[in-house]
Amino acid sequence: MAGFDKRVASYEEAMEGIESGMTVIAGGFGLCGIPENLIAEIKRRAVTDLTVVSNNCGVDGFGLGVLLEDRQIRKILASYVGENAMFERQMLNDEIEVVLTPQGTLAEKMRAGGAGIPAFYTATGYGTPIGDGKEVREFNGRHYILEEAITGDFAIVKGWKADRYGNVMYRHTAQNFNPMAATAGKITVVEVEEIVEPGELEPSQIHTPGIYVDRIIQGSFEKRIEQRTVRS
Amino acid sequence: MALTREQMAQRVARELEDGFYVNLGIGIPTLVANYVPDGIDVMLQSENGLLGMGRFPTEEEIDPDMINAGKQTVTARPGAAIFSSAESFAMIRGGHVDLTVLGAFEVDQEGNIASWMVPGKLIKGMGGAMDLVAGAENIICTMTHASKHGESKLLEKCTLPLTGAGCINRVLTDLAYLEIKDGAFVLKERAPGVSVEEIVEKTAGKLIVPDHVPEMTFDAE
Repeated sequence: MAGFDKRVASYEEAMEGIESGMTVIAGGFGLCGIPENLIAEIKRRAVTDLTVVSNNCGVDGFGLGVLLEDRQIRKILASYVGENAMFERQMLNDEIEVVLTPQGTLAEKMRAGGAGIPAFYTATGYGTPIGDGKEVREFNGRHYILEEAITGDFAIVKGWKADRYGNVMYRHTAQNFNPMAATAGKITVVEVEEIVEPGELEPSQIHTPGIYVDRIIQGSFEKRIEQRTVRS
Repeated sequence: MALTREQMAQRVARELEDGFYVNLGIGIPTLVANYVPDGIDVMLQSENGLLGMGRFPTEEEIDPDMINAGKQTVTARPGAAIFSSAESFAMIRGGHVDLTVLGAFEVDQEGNIASWMVPGKLIKGMGGAMDLVAGAENIICTMTHASKHGESKLLEKCTLPLTGAGCINRVLTDLAYLEIKDGAFVLKERAPGVSVEEIVEKTAGKLIVPDHVPEMTFDAE
């Protein structure tokens, strides 16, 4: 890794420095646009006591679900954790701490974290259990709760195309939480389907500018589909 | 007769206006897309980051990078836009979505809604529901009027933990179409063959019944 060349040669190198007890922010929605190989590398490294921030927690045997198999996740912030039997079991047995967070609040927590904004007020969750114990303020006759930003020791991100400067584009709805996650890691690692030459990506079409990105690796992806629906 | 799921979707679809950006929740709300009236164009917002959701794909069109908020494979219609989840919820929280349709376990006469957790049962999460109810000016709640045991779900005060406070203004149940105004449900329409008496009996919250409550009509499908 020299200068602006963010490319790394292996997944081992991509996740160098991750340790037990760290916070990892992951992009993805369901199984769409998840950094599947970076997750596999975290599993291989057998680090534990992780705090994971992700909209969902994968399914049994795929995505973040694989980190449940060896109980590597101690705490997770997510908006929806269904469709995962192992997760449910660990949640019911208090083996994993779950902080359910409204989806928009979760996205904004990551965005704010990456943008240096420590907290923000939102109407989402006011008057619900999510607002319990949080500061409330009234603006223009409406109530808002204070939500704090999130940053991570690592952010793991799935992109479509990138150049070696770390400029990233996402494909279709695989974008989801990835751009916000990319801004919020002390070390941001992006795995992509293709690394192209600088200049090939149209500058105005780049979703994540390279300034946020520390490491880039090209991988191959299974892209499992969660709900295969077709019209006849 | 209580409305079928399809009839509920059909009735909600009559509230669509040309040029509306609409977010449809999972279940009956999703079916509303099948009944968009002729001559009306709406853009469906899917909160994972898609404005202009199209039909389900054919086998050939299936793309794992193209899903909706229910994690189903979908297509984008001409004129669609795709963006991040933060952008998507900026639209929702900023009040830019014209109509939100979602299901609920309970609503009450103050416009409170409970739709995401039943204490003692497994809690899977609220997804985007709390953002949607807090952000939208215009929400229609679709639900059954009473439980299988006949207990009303239109209450004086919600008993389950809330999804949002004071945010619901319209409810379509299998028995009636109601507005919530000034601390009461106002009965606007009843399902074909359903009596006002039955609706009164199955509404636990304060209910205002106008002199004339029209019966909904449905084309034979």
